[in-house]
Amino acid sequence: MKTYMRPMTGWWRRNPFYLWYTLREWSSFFLTAYALVLLYGLARLSEGEAQYEAWRASLASPGSLVFHAAALLLVLYHAWTWFKVMHKTLPFLRLGGRRVPDPAIFGSGVASAVVLSLLLLWVLA
Amino acid sequence: MKTRTLAIECLRYDPQTDAAPRYQTYEVPFTDEMSVLEGLQYIKDHLDGSLTFRWSCRMAICGSCGGMLNGVPKLSCESFLRDYYPEGVRIEPLNHFPIQRDLAIDQGDFLLKLRSVKPYLIPEAPKPVSEGTYLQTPQQLDDYYQYSKCINCLLCYAACPQYGLDREFTGPGALALLHRYNADSRDAGKAERMELVNADEGVWGCTLVSYCSEVCPKGVDPARAVNQNKVESTKDYFLRFVAPRRNT
Amino acid sequence: MKRSNRPIFWSLFGAGGMLSALVGPMLIFITGIAVPLGLLVPRETMSYERMLAFAQNGFAKIAILAVIGLFLFHGLHRIYHCLHELGLPLGHGWMAVLHGLAAVGTLAAAYLLTVIG
Repeated sequence: MKTYMRPMTGWWRRNPFYLWYTLREWSSFFLTAYALVLLYGLARLSEGEAQYEAWRASLASPGSLVFHAAALLLVLYHAWTWFKVMHKTLPFLRLGGRRVPDPAIFGSGVASAVVLSLLLLWVLA
Repeated sequence: MKTRTLAIECLRYDPQTDAAPRYQTYEVPFTDEMSVLEGLQYIKDHLDGSLTFRWSCRMAICGSCGGMLNGVPKLSCESFLRDYYPEGVRIEPLNHFPIQRDLAIDQGDFLLKLRSVKPYLIPEAPKPVSEGTYLQTPQQLDDYYQYSKCINCLLCYAACPQYGLDREFTGPGALALLHRYNADSRDAGKAERMELVNADEGVWGCTLVSYCSEVCPKGVDPARAVNQNKVESTKDYFLRFVAPRRNT
Repeated sequence: MKRSNRPIFWSLFGAGGMLSALVGPMLIFITGIAVPLGLLVPRETMSYERMLAFAQNGFAKIAILAVIGLFLFHGLHRIYHCLHELGLPLGHGWMAVLHGLAAVGTLAAAYLLTVIG
């Protein structure tokens, strides 16, 4: 029997849910780029003081600041959504016979991130 | 009181005459309690008898009346015309399935996927009636209950972009039912179902978009069912060298 | 049905996702905004002397390798999906290619960390 199959092109634009999903996934480009920035910095560090300091100075350039600001926002979004879906990869957790509610799993993830992040800042500041 | 009307725009497709789908709009008078399904029935009864769509129970249990309402997968019996007033509503067949005619899709692929997950209890050993019934604690029931509420309505398949992009993917509904049986204490068929779980077409086709769980009218949460099994599949992958399964 | 090798990739993806969710934003803030601007954290935190001493510490080496390596594995794994979702006809084999790139980056980091001393 003759049927009609609709094309998938532009599927991600057709629904706000998909747009947010696509944003979440595309945060990975910025995360990868950031890892490469660190790798590059490590390479400059291994080359000597002059090369490293040149790289460090470039971090204060407008381009670098804009990139890092964008990366910060997107990786924050990744973190938020990561903890939001975390409960789906876990089996039903029970404490004293009662199911641990999903928002509690989200909350514990976010809390851990906040604690670790503040610890990092405190150690360095 | 002045009767309100709503513009219902329907995708039309006749395989015998059309090369591609087209749209047709109907002005439907409606009252507050009318569902979108009743709107479609009004069209068929009074305006255009050729409009084709599936429905049965009118109460969100048979799973027949699923469609795209303004691009969102919904059961038309559970959606109300008043919510689309005054802009109107565009009704299209469920995404990612071949259109047979108008709003009816070909669910054949899903039925194949459903059969492939062995959606039935596979007990350890046959249990004769004389031995009595199975007993389950409330917790054992809780382990699989939400997954048992699936009505095979296919809204999750219409929601899942991974299924849309790669129709080899087993998909949310079938995988949720697979998990429903694995999680049931009366079942011992997990090892038999692992081959499917472990494949690229199994759980690994999922990227946790979780729109499936958003649209499920029964609260099955297929995204959860699928992703539980990513951990299971990973355990199976690494532990097979340490502790091989019995029926490998 | 063929058994998928996804579990290996997914484990790396998951580890990288968890690490980047926990400390990613703060690391980006510190190294990319705070230190360059001297905001909340002194500029000299990332001076050559301090960074060299840091990178020469054994525990720090593991941390640096984990951050760079796992961020790369997570990021490139997701990039595969981004490209596939755009409609590019990338078969399952491409997942191995992208993870291979992540492995190259991780090895480069490991090499640099040994060279630094």
